Formats: sequence, structure tokens, C-alpha cells
Amino acid sequence: MKLSDIENLEIDLLLEAIFLRYGYDFRSYARGSIRRRILQFMQMTGVGSVSETIPKIIHDESFFQQMAREFSITVTEMFRDPQMFLALRREIVPLLKSYPYIKVWHAGCATGEEAYSLAILIEEEKLAERTTFFATDFNDNALEKAKEGIFSLDYVQQYSQNYQQAGGKISLSDYYHANYGAMAIKSALKKKITFANHNLVIDQVFTETHLILCRNVMIYFNKELQERVVGLFHESLVYGGFLCLGTKESLLFSKYQNKFREIDTKNKIYQKIA
Amino acid sequence: MDNRTYKAIAIGGSAGSMDVLLRLFACLPKKFSLPIIVVCHLHPCDEGGLIEVFTRHAPLIVKEVADKELIQAGHIYFPPANYHLLVERDRTFALSIDAKVNYSRPSIDVFFESAAAVWGDELIGIILTGANKDGAAGIQVIKKHGGLTIAQDPREAAYPAMVQAAIDTGDVDQILCTEEICKFLQMLPVSCTGHVIEE
Repeated sequence: MKLSDIENLEIDLLLEAIFLRYGYDFRSYARGSIRRRILQFMQMTGVGSVSETIPKIIHDESFFQQMAREFSITVTEMFRDPQMFLALRREIVPLLKSYPYIKVWHAGCATGEEAYSLAILIEEEKLAERTTFFATDFNDNALEKAKEGIFSLDYVQQYSQNYQQAGGKISLSDYYHANYGAMAIKSALKKKITFANHNLVIDQVFTETHLILCRNVMIYFNKELQERVVGLFHESLVYGGFLCLGTKESLLFSKYQNKFREIDTKNKIYQKIA
Repeated sequence: MDNRTYKAIAIGGSAGSMDVLLRLFACLPKKFSLPIIVVCHLHPCDEGGLIEVFTRHAPLIVKEVADKELIQAGHIYFPPANYHLLVERDRTFALSIDAKVNYSRPSIDVFFESAAAVWGDELIGIILTGANKDGAAGIQVIKKHGGLTIAQDPREAAYPAMVQAAIDTGDVDQILCTEEICKFLQMLPVSCTGHVIEE
């Protein structure tokens, strides 16, 4: 057996142990990224091999919590890919305006930067009154941060620039208070979003929606899990509803490909047509 | 030249690597039957301009990687700017937006490490000119899994820091100038099943 096969076997056993012991299912995540995080965690904690990690995970719950935090570190920003938000404004908003009420689902919202970006867009396009906005994630720590809406000011320049490029109508600073090196999202905007726990790996559809954003989440899933998730979105969307993926994601390798129409190829905006 | 067969070639390059890559691609035979995957440090806003340039100069198909895409022989792949590139065991690509590694996304280390875990001793890792040390840790992992490691000759490299860092690990098998890398690629005893999925 090759070194890589042995390591892979160890990772299989570890993920199985995590699932059986704690119910968190990382078995259908893309292996490359999860492997990297396991190895990083081992380096951090000084454990010598993946196998040695397994008994610690099984017997020491705090050790697992520590690992789970490492697994769910997310990188996100406000108005990431501003062109996508511009396309949403120009191409999709006019179509959404034909609905008397709109339900929006931001799946895999992590710490909320992108959810607030979308909430700003909805506000500026005067859709807020008739919109119900759900933002979900499986990670409660991330959700807590998202609800607080307090982000570091370190990136505010980048965020402001993104906001302008995304067709922002006023100034990003109108949406937050700056103090103590942090930006705190204003409560009026926070109230527009309902943050809730939803796990794309195991949970079912919870509402009918008109617009779903799920960007750079499925790149971390393997093909089977991606299919499950696209299936959930298909089920949740109304006929004619919209799905926005990350700009380097696509439905190209999915069996649901024919059930969607690509509205904006570059920005990966799809419409349900069947 | 050894008699081992290889399934993939992983190349990492940074500052100054554009010229080297153009020369390498130009010398490839039309029927080159291994996939070549190149991780280059790009500006995060690059929108495929590089792909266009290389397409004009390579006899093979040059393309930007799509997430979950099957890796095929006779193709040269580049990750999109601002994403890490990884390989899955079913020989498909995976992208990630994890934090930068060595101030870089894509990072050569991230890609080399994941490629080594998939192709093991059937992988060739080549590190080219660059101004930081990304790729050195990746070269070590490729070597650990039994792969073949090559560094561009630092005397020839426009920015020798990156190749030197790799060489300093002690895990580089061969130090070659661009012309020698060309010859090496042309003489590879390529496996005709390089693109077949085995699992």
C-alpha cells in the first residue's frame, strides 16, 4: 500500500469516528481541503499521525471542539466578486420586482459578510419591504458572529471599493458604525436577516424561495454531496427562481444542469426552468 | 532517465516564470499524454489573460480549471486567480478560498501537497523562478511520497529565491536549466493510460 493510500485510510477512519461520536459528517467533503485542515490541526496540536488523533477525538470532547473550529474556518468578505452583485442588481432585481413577496435564502453564510452585502442590495433596490431573508449555516459559532454583525475595520477599504463596484448607491459607511477598530452593522440592517442553523449535509428544504445564494460552499463538497445540495436548491426554488453560485462554480457536472438556464455565464447566475 | 511511468506533472512558478513556461510549452510534442498543471502566482484580478497567451504558444489545450472538472491528458491547466487548487482522488480538481498560504492564493505548496497525496510516486514536481519560498514545502511532500522533483537551475532563474528554497530542503532530485527541462519532458516514458480513472 502506498503512503498516500495509508493516509487516506486513516482519514476515512477519523471522519467515521467523528460522525459516529458527534454526528458531524465531513465524510462527503472534498478530500483535499479537509485533509489539509486535518494535517494543519495535527501540526498545531503536535499529534504525530492521523491515527493517533482518533482516540483523542473519541475520548476528549474539547479536543474535538478544537478540531471542529479548525474545520470550519471560513474566509469571506463583503461584496466579494462585485461584478456578480452588479449583475444581480441589473439583471435579476427587475425580474424579482414582479413578485408580490420574495423569499431569499443565503445558504452557507458563515460569518455573514456576504449576507449583509445582499441585504444592502435588497434595501437599495427597494425590495426590503416585501422580502424575507434567511441566512443559514451549520456552524453555530459562525452564526453567532454573523448575528452580531461586527467585523474588523482592516478590510473596510476593500469592502467599500467592492461596494462601489457592485453599483452601491450611497456609501458603505452609511450601513455601519465604526468604533474601536471595528465596523458594527447598524441594527436596522441586521433586523432584515433571519439567521438560522441549517446543515446542507443532512437537513431538508425549509421554505419555498425565489433567490438562493450559495457561493464558494460547494467547492468544499464532493460530487455526491454537491448533487444533494443542488437538489435541495432545485426543490426550494419556485419555477423561474434564481440560483447564484461562486464565479468558479458551475452546474456543468451536475445532473440538474438541464433544469436550470444559465442567465449570466460569467457570474454563474442560474434560473430554474424545469 | 529512469524507467518509471508518470501520471501527471505539477509545475510551480512565480516572478519571471512566464518566459520559462512559454519555452517549455513550445517544446512539448503534440501528443504529450500527461496532464500538466501549473500553479502560478497571479494578480487576484487576472481574468484569464494568461490562458489566452499560453494558448497561442502551446501545442496542447490550455484551460482554466473548473471546480470538479476531470483531469485529462494532453491538457495544460491553470487555477483561476484568487483560488487555491487541489486534486481529489477521483482525478478531479477542487478549488478552495481558504486563507492565503505563503501570502499566495493559489499557493504552490497547497497544490503540490494535494497532488502528491493523489499521484504519489507517479508525480513529477517542477519548481521554477520566483521571489518567495512557496513550493519548497510542497517539493518535500512530493519527494516523501516517492515522486520526482526538479528545480530550475538558480543560476538561470530570473528570481532564484524560490528554486533555492526548494533546493535547500535537500529534496530536489534534479537541477536543470530550461533547455534541459524541455529535453526531459520530450523524453518522458509516458504512460498511455495516464488519463484513465482507476477507482
